[in-house]
Amino acid sequence: MEIIPLGDSALIVRVRERFEDSPEETLDEVLRTFQQLRSAAIPSVIELAPAYTTVAVFFDPVAVAKARERPGEVFGWLKEQILHVVAAGGDRGKRRKTKRAIRSVEIPVCYDPEFASDLDDVARRAGLSTKEVVDLHSVAEYRVACIGFVPGFPFLTGLPKKLATPRRDTPRKEIPPGSVGIGGAQTGIYPLRSPGGWNLIGRTPLSLFNPKKNPPALLRAGDRVRFRAITKEAFEALKRGEAFE
Amino acid sequence: MIVRRAGFLTSVQDVDRTGFREFGVSTSGALDSFALRVANLLVGNGERAAGLEITLGGLQLCFDDERIVAWCGGEFDVHIGSTALPAGHTAFLRAGEELKFGRPQIGCRCWLAVSGGIDVPLVLGSRSTDLRAQFGGFEGRTLRDGDELVLGKFRRSPAFAKATADKQAVPTAGISSWTAPHDWASPAKRDPILRFVRGIDSSRFNDVTIQHFASETFTVLPDSDRMGVRFDGSELQREDNVDLTSEAVAPGTIQVPPSGKPILLLGDCQTIGGYPKIAHVITVDLGIAAQLRAGDHVRFSEVLLADAHRLLLERERELERFRIGLSLQGS
Repeated sequence: MEIIPLGDSALIVRVRERFEDSPEETLDEVLRTFQQLRSAAIPSVIELAPAYTTVAVFFDPVAVAKARERPGEVFGWLKEQILHVVAAGGDRGKRRKTKRAIRSVEIPVCYDPEFASDLDDVARRAGLSTKEVVDLHSVAEYRVACIGFVPGFPFLTGLPKKLATPRRDTPRKEIPPGSVGIGGAQTGIYPLRSPGGWNLIGRTPLSLFNPKKNPPALLRAGDRVRFRAITKEAFEALKRGEAFE
Repeated sequence: MIVRRAGFLTSVQDVDRTGFREFGVSTSGALDSFALRVANLLVGNGERAAGLEITLGGLQLCFDDERIVAWCGGEFDVHIGSTALPAGHTAFLRAGEELKFGRPQIGCRCWLAVSGGIDVPLVLGSRSTDLRAQFGGFEGRTLRDGDELVLGKFRRSPAFAKATADKQAVPTAGISSWTAPHDWASPAKRDPILRFVRGIDSSRFNDVTIQHFASETFTVLPDSDRMGVRFDGSELQREDNVDLTSEAVAPGTIQVPPSGKPILLLGDCQTIGGYPKIAHVITVDLGIAAQLRAGDHVRFSEVLLADAHRLLLERERELERFRIGLSLQGS
């Protein structure tokens, strides 16, 4: 484990060096560290955010320095606290149940051509029919490796290798919310109208981000995700349901 | 408060939005949160009250009741009727008076605090506008001509009553003679130097590249915005060619995309990024960074992390003294 400053008000705890070698284990370890640090509630820590191989720790250096009287030791003190929490968590983890429950979320997706402007491209590249692409995409099990890019956007790991497709050369200026895309070896969902370069293969009627709710995002890092293929009619019906929420 | 002219780009912002990074929510907030805090203190608000971030001026406001206002930031011409209101001074406005922001001479942004604060709903714990995700602030957007903003309640102190009374007699009497320290009220500089600490990925660049970064002049490109400042200058090429795993970035992070042209991230930046991070501008200099506009020349100068923390602590202690000074003045 490595602890490195990210400017003067944040640091990064790098739990593992690489992600792709063992995504599941890496994610579990990152989330364990995230949970440990969260429950430790180290004074002056403002918030934590996990992503792939790391947990970012945002803190108030003034609060640390005021409590320590030595501004030269802000980073050293925090590093010590973090190492202590992680080491202690490792011991306690053995006594208590080691894994917290991982949520499973099913996301209905309509792969209708209307919502899937790049499905043909993805199929052609993979040497598959569009139906095979849809079947592969909706049978696989994914995990959220990180939320980012825009609020609520899940980067999902676990895409069948055959479906990996490079990002489009020219990103689209505007992608409708709910669009499901493939970008390289990952799949994801655009929560908001935004620009983007991923290949669009479907759309979900679910709302991925709602700032009026807490938590504001449907998904969080570590969640297991499955896609369920639905018809256009089911999409419209679910969309109406969402509107009433 | 009525927005007669919204200007080039004006939005409601408070200090920042924290606690939702794990969901990809940006910090937003005043790009120079220190300037907003100082302006808030001047008008008797809590430091975290919402104010306006004004970019490149053009804003005209009309007040429907009496208020105290103050602003800090770039070198703007600000007027109440025909009376100039310099940065860092407070002004007592009567109902019906107009406050106008002209174009800036130096810098590009300023922050206006109004006694009582801008009363927009808290969204995810903040009144800041997230312009990219379009929520928070005033209807999740920049202000438009004709918008009406609700202001919060504030305590009309004896000093306030006296000042408004004085103003009945002499119109210019409404502007304070005392002021916030110049560096706080007017942080914008011509050809500034931004201090940085080494970035997480600085070792992916060789010494010569780091030296270029720390000695040459970079020019601000026009496609800079609240997400980040883009620079033109000597190309910063990496030693290795490894694809980096995305991880957290923060306002102040300087990342280098494959083009080799560095980008300094600001308050509306994404929460994660996959470009190498060569450096991080220190927090006390973010206010200077918030003033950069197209064509400005900038240099970067390295400091130690401990110095960044010491400078920040010193500034907070000075602000503490300023806060005490203000409270004595008000009583």
